[in-house]
Amino acid sequence: MIASYFTQVSYIAAAALFILSLKWLSHPTTARRGVRVGEVGMLIAIVGTLVQRDIVSYQWILVGFVLGSAIGLPLAVFMPMTHVPQRTALSHAFGALAAALVGTSEYYLHTAELSAFTMTVLNVEVILGFLTFTGSLMAFGKLQELVPGRPIVYKGQNAVNLSLLGVAIAIAVYLVVNPGRSELFPVIAVLSLLFGVLLIIPIGGADMPTVIALLNSYAGLSAAAMGFALDNNLLIVAGALDGSSGFILSVIMCRAMNRSFTNVLFGGFGQVQMVAGTAPQRNYRSATAEEAATILEAASSVIIVPGYGMAVAQAQHKVRELYDSLTRRGVDVKFGIHPVAGRMPGHMNVLLAEADIPYDRLIEMQEINPEFPRADVALVIGANDVTNPAARYDKASPIYGMPILDVDKARTVMVIKRSMSPGFAGIDNELYYLDRTMMLFGDAKHFVGELVKEMTGARVGA
Amino acid sequence: MPSSLESAIFVFLLATFVGFEVIRRVSPLLHTPLMSLTNAISAISLVGSIVIAGSERSQLSTVLGTIAVICSMANVVGGFVITDRMLKMFKKREPGQ
Repeated sequence: MIASYFTQVSYIAAAALFILSLKWLSHPTTARRGVRVGEVGMLIAIVGTLVQRDIVSYQWILVGFVLGSAIGLPLAVFMPMTHVPQRTALSHAFGALAAALVGTSEYYLHTAELSAFTMTVLNVEVILGFLTFTGSLMAFGKLQELVPGRPIVYKGQNAVNLSLLGVAIAIAVYLVVNPGRSELFPVIAVLSLLFGVLLIIPIGGADMPTVIALLNSYAGLSAAAMGFALDNNLLIVAGALDGSSGFILSVIMCRAMNRSFTNVLFGGFGQVQMVAGTAPQRNYRSATAEEAATILEAASSVIIVPGYGMAVAQAQHKVRELYDSLTRRGVDVKFGIHPVAGRMPGHMNVLLAEADIPYDRLIEMQEINPEFPRADVALVIGANDVTNPAARYDKASPIYGMPILDVDKARTVMVIKRSMSPGFAGIDNELYYLDRTMMLFGDAKHFVGELVKEMTGARVGA
Repeated sequence: MPSSLESAIFVFLLATFVGFEVIRRVSPLLHTPLMSLTNAISAISLVGSIVIAGSERSQLSTVLGTIAVICSMANVVGGFVITDRMLKMFKKREPGQ
């Protein structure tokens, strides 16, 4: 009795600490305190669980602790920051698998005695758990490039996927009425596992931020369903927090890509239409590092717009050198960050923070956009579609309506790019043909390095 | 059972609202650490896994429970560690720069 009382109290404390933890995460100055508090909450909840009377043997729990730490710790300590999306996808897979397996064993422990309510939440837990498990593994595979990153689409895909899910749900409903038919349970599991794979196959690499956020939400909801099944309020609270966080992030990502809300809920996103047809040859202006450096030196304010291409080229540390060199000359340098820059929400900020760029220089889209007309130079590094002015007015463009960074309003625009080939979505960028635009051709890391060299050289000479 | 169902829904609703309010305020700057932190927090499914793994009710549930403990523990440890690792990198400009 005292033990179970202690368990309850520890859960209440943990729930409160988790909420505080997220609250403190809201700002960089208090964020690390938030992590500490979350850790304390977790520890209290684990201790509170271990003293429960239901637990009669500790050997397997210990094995799980050791193996789990052995998997989780290296992933967290050695993962390069460019690979954080992969780790995140894996952790969604782990979390969802845990929920699905707990749901499965709960089912087989009670089978026929399950009430309609418990059976319903077990179904939700298991379906969401298994589909998120394979879906996240697929997302991991695409991010890690083990699976082709381009969308794999075929005719009738949505019909196949939806009917698969429909069959799983129909069987689940049947089980709610007849929980004793345990031979049907594995069918639900297999269908959900399959559905998870098929759900992610048609999604391209550029849509990963949305997918990861959505899978995050699913993983959270399956944990909450587990809380319902086990009658455990702490699980419900934690799952609801995770679920709502993933949901908010996927809505933010969707808005940033101008996708609709129903699109998020049904996960039917990512089929970027390839625009065929050759655009007429248009004129653009290219410039050397020397010319670009001269203009940058004379500027009083520069906004750098980084995209995922910068991270692919591993150019962030060179960008930091450029930032230093400009700042030392009294140039005001800011970074304009589009919400979908990178492969997961907020990824670009982490990459730049890793390169030691102060976080108060990283400005989100809504706040930086009014500053472009006042900027002398906008320097685009490895970003493409998020700077395309066609998104504002060209109704025929696939990216029409997508919020963009108003790079074209700066006095001079510089774009570092390998060649004139169109970007990920296959869309030509109007920006490159403006009179005020200078194209700087080359590898991002190399070219930024050249810019820095030019500027340092000039200073030594002066 | 009905009273526990109602209170469970009650808790879920309130927690969702709190979640929306708290998470809306998180700066986009920190959305990646946010995701890894909520990941770590929802790995509290560890407590459910522990009960299944340690209550010796059937061989199947012990096996599944142990795998679930491994998965959740990986998220608990990994989630908190990588969140802190990322947050450590977010620095303000040093004065005088």
